Amino acid sequence: MSKLLTVALSPHEKNKDSVSRLMYDVVIALIPAFGVSLFFYGIGALIITLTAVLSAVIFEYLITRYMLKKPATIMDGSAALTGLLIAFNVPSNLNPGFVILGSFVAIAIAKMSFGGLGNNIFNPALVARVFLLISFPVQMTSWPVPIESRMKYLDAITGPTALGQLKEGIMGGNTVSGVMEKLPSQMEMFLGQMSGSMGEVSGAALLIGLLYMLIRRVITWHIPITTLATVFVIQGILWLVSPERFADPVFHLITGGLMLGAIFMATDYVTSPMNKMGMIYFAIGIGVITVVIRNFGAYPEGISFAILIMNSVVPIFNRYIKPKRFGELIKDGK
Amino acid sequence: MSDIVLYTILTVTAVGVTAATILYFAAQKFKVYEDPRIDQVEEALPAANCGGCGYPGCRNFAEVCVNTDDLDSLFCPVGGNETMASVASILGKAVTEQAPKVAVIRCNGQPQFRARTTEYNGAINCTIEHMNGAGDTACQYGCLGGGECVDACNFDAIHMNAETLLPEVIDDLCTACGACVEACPRDIIELRTKAKKDRKIFVSCVSQDKGITTKKACDVGCISCSKCFKVCPYDAITMGNNIAFIDADKCRLCRKCVVVCPTSSILEIGFPPRRVKEEKVVAKEKPDNVDNKEKNA
Amino acid sequence: MLKTFPKGGVHPPENKISADKAIVELPLPKKVFIPISQHIGAPAKIIVKRGDIVKVGQIIASAGGYVSANIHSSVSGKVAKLDKIFDTSGYRKDVVVIDVNGDEWLESIDKTTTLIKDISVDSEEILKKITECGIVGLGGATFPTHVKLKVPPKKIATTLIINGVECEPYLTSDHRLMMEKSEELMVGTQILMKALAVDIAYIGIENNKLDAIQKLSELATQYKGIEVVPLKVKYPQGGEKQLIKAIINREVPSGGLPIDVGAVVHNVGTTVAVYEAVQKNKPLFERIVTVTGKSVKEPQNLLVRIGIPVIQLIEAAGGLPEDTGKVISGGPMMGKALNSLDVPMAKGTSGILIMPEDESKRKDDKPCIRCTKCVSVCPMGLEPFLLMTLGENQLWERNEDERIMDCIECGSCVFVCPSDRALLDYIRLGKNKVGQLIRERKVN
Repeated sequence: MSKLLTVALSPHEKNKDSVSRLMYDVVIALIPAFGVSLFFYGIGALIITLTAVLSAVIFEYLITRYMLKKPATIMDGSAALTGLLIAFNVPSNLNPGFVILGSFVAIAIAKMSFGGLGNNIFNPALVARVFLLISFPVQMTSWPVPIESRMKYLDAITGPTALGQLKEGIMGGNTVSGVMEKLPSQMEMFLGQMSGSMGEVSGAALLIGLLYMLIRRVITWHIPITTLATVFVIQGILWLVSPERFADPVFHLITGGLMLGAIFMATDYVTSPMNKMGMIYFAIGIGVITVVIRNFGAYPEGISFAILIMNSVVPIFNRYIKPKRFGELIKDGK
Repeated sequence: MSDIVLYTILTVTAVGVTAATILYFAAQKFKVYEDPRIDQVEEALPAANCGGCGYPGCRNFAEVCVNTDDLDSLFCPVGGNETMASVASILGKAVTEQAPKVAVIRCNGQPQFRARTTEYNGAINCTIEHMNGAGDTACQYGCLGGGECVDACNFDAIHMNAETLLPEVIDDLCTACGACVEACPRDIIELRTKAKKDRKIFVSCVSQDKGITTKKACDVGCISCSKCFKVCPYDAITMGNNIAFIDADKCRLCRKCVVVCPTSSILEIGFPPRRVKEEKVVAKEKPDNVDNKEKNA
Repeated sequence: MLKTFPKGGVHPPENKISADKAIVELPLPKKVFIPISQHIGAPAKIIVKRGDIVKVGQIIASAGGYVSANIHSSVSGKVAKLDKIFDTSGYRKDVVVIDVNGDEWLESIDKTTTLIKDISVDSEEILKKITECGIVGLGGATFPTHVKLKVPPKKIATTLIINGVECEPYLTSDHRLMMEKSEELMVGTQILMKALAVDIAYIGIENNKLDAIQKLSELATQYKGIEVVPLKVKYPQGGEKQLIKAIINREVPSGGLPIDVGAVVHNVGTTVAVYEAVQKNKPLFERIVTVTGKSVKEPQNLLVRIGIPVIQLIEAAGGLPEDTGKVISGGPMMGKALNSLDVPMAKGTSGILIMPEDESKRKDDKPCIRCTKCVSVCPMGLEPFLLMTLGENQLWERNEDERIMDCIECGSCVFVCPSDRALLDYIRLGKNKVGQLIRERKVN
């Protein structure tokens, strides 16, 4: 035989999964939400998305190629995904300069400075969002009104989000029902007809994405479902206690970035715990912090902070929460 | 306003004083007596923490030095005799000198001598490849070229040669700590007593296969023909396990064995080139040998 | 709802190409190379010398310790030499080379194929015969069977499990054996039940072998205490611990043996070999081997004498394909890639799998993206990504705390890893080092 035999330790069989396949599956899952934001915000959504994705990929390429002098890793799709998520987390009338700055923070500071894909502690897209939100609060909280600003970009008519209106209303001494009257119906909000960051408005589209990722086994149900359930349950208790002061749980599920956060941000592989029990605790933590910030904090929205806070405790979860080992119970004499 | 400042200063001062008191008493209570000589000895050691002495770190070694009566069984290979002498003077104990050693790689299976028979496709790690089987060549004793010894070396004294695909020891940097010997899954690396001018003669093969199998796998393997054993005037060479071994303590570097070796598996390193006359003879008999030697010199 | 083990597992493509190929006997070769370490434990001691005339079934190397097994000649002829050649371990090991001359069997062996149902010997005699005949586990681990059958004091065996799972893709030798030697399998099971003094035996078969399940279920009604259990197709169900969990829902404790939960597991091939040893006095010198692969011309199930070089098996299956990249002894998940085609067949060779070149190279490994797929497929509940990282950083004690020794090396983690990381390579390294640590601790 002319060729040499290949030798290696078993196994010799490998399934077709790859990092890029997983990443592009997530991108595919984001397409419905992207479509909805295109419908509501039109040209702005398109510009923001293109800017974010391109700048994220370019930053990653430049850093791997010229600073780390390693083969570029842009083909694995993780930078493109981060860019997409940054776009989804900002208002669609944002100045492209801010978007590029956000991409830089996400890729250079939150991802590559920790060692690149797989080593970052915090979700890069969320770091970018929080960075922009704290640095440029005015620009980051003037959301365009859907449909009306479809053909406008920087000059879009802006309005507050539902959560923002709620917070302001309650601060101003109104009751929840009083605020609710001014808001669109829950069905409209579920489909996405409200002001907000471009990717977060349509709960329906995001749920389709979740379904796709569950079917493709990209993620498991543990984080998204637990997060949503936790928010629902705790908000439900608050609502039952005082319906005048606290909004109903369904309203909280469909408004703000909860769906986007629970389905696409909290489930980020790198920054979530490494086993099922850890994931459930992680998700409960996110839910609790979100509810607390939304109802009692200064910000109307809290999912980004909740995920980042829980990201920071993931290493502890990984260290102390272990999967149930085979044959463990018997040895411990239980 | 001034009240707040005052209260702040008072509170912080009170906390500080309390904490300081607690710390003071705690330090008194939990104080552990340590022989001050341990620190002195540790100071004298090279602080490489390489484990070459057989203890986990320099401090552990220092403790053992202080607590033992006989320093002869202890040796810091990194610091060598000088360090041991200063340790002995700190402790007022006697120590005998030990001959310095150096690591040598006992495999010369360069690609042109040792044909590849398979293609290893697993993780690049010598031990893992060793678990998988003989390696990429038909020699199951030779160097795998994974560079685990390079990783193990704390002193940057071993490098992989990109041409020969074998590790190379830089004698001046080698402290003979033995980390590479431990790391090599095939026991190829040996610590040999240093001879004068760093000259070395050693059998660069550890193959325990029969001569014919070794020869088939590698052109420069020891085929245990015993020629060197017979020619050695100082009884420095022993045969066993299908392999010749040169005892560095007995070897007088006469180079007779190098000449007779039919497979050039005995290497001489650090010698001046042979005189022209001699070289001719050698060249006629074994042209390979000369090339090989030049490469190594 | 079919039974299976609850935790982890994967479902690799089955590729059972040779499932309906009847067993064919491979013609005798001119020369055989019989390795003397074909089992786990001490190698056997050679008791023949050059020039000796041996017959088929004659003992040529006797067990070298308690955990060891006798080796018998698989052919008749003259011992040509004692040599060292590459075997499935990838190293040169001692072999006895025999020049074949005719096919003369020992007189004591019953060469007929008539079924002997009555078990006339008692359990001690059974054990003695199994020991003499050098029976080892034919599933692949090659653990000497007589050691498994000796129940340690204070332990009681309650259940016998016959492993007909064959969860490895490609392999069909156990499947064909169950189809063609069903009666023998049943009697063998009865013998093992008698040896262990147990009343219940389960034969676990994965649901992709419906014909075998049907045939054995029908037969099982004629035998007392034997039940066929169909199992959901899931790798690594053929692992002892997983199979016990799947069938009788007991978990073998960490670091323990199946006997700790009263179970003894034997492969179907072993069971048939036990039948032949006890009823026919036939030592273990031949076995069924699947020769298969996507590009192999005629995938086969061959009845092969021990010691025949692998290349001859491949030739019987239509020759080595042009695009061969890797030749594996065993299945694709746990088999061993061979470094030479002259490696002799051993007792544990359940299959020869030839992989085309484009499937035999691993992809470059990429950084771990912490997707937790390896954790969720690990049937032992371990964290392969962590074990690998600890191994790369040489933190062996941590590795031990994370129960690296529980790993059954099934390879499920590598199978699913999207980053193509060499998880199992480093876990094996860790097991190796931790094993050394444990041994050192015992010595001190």
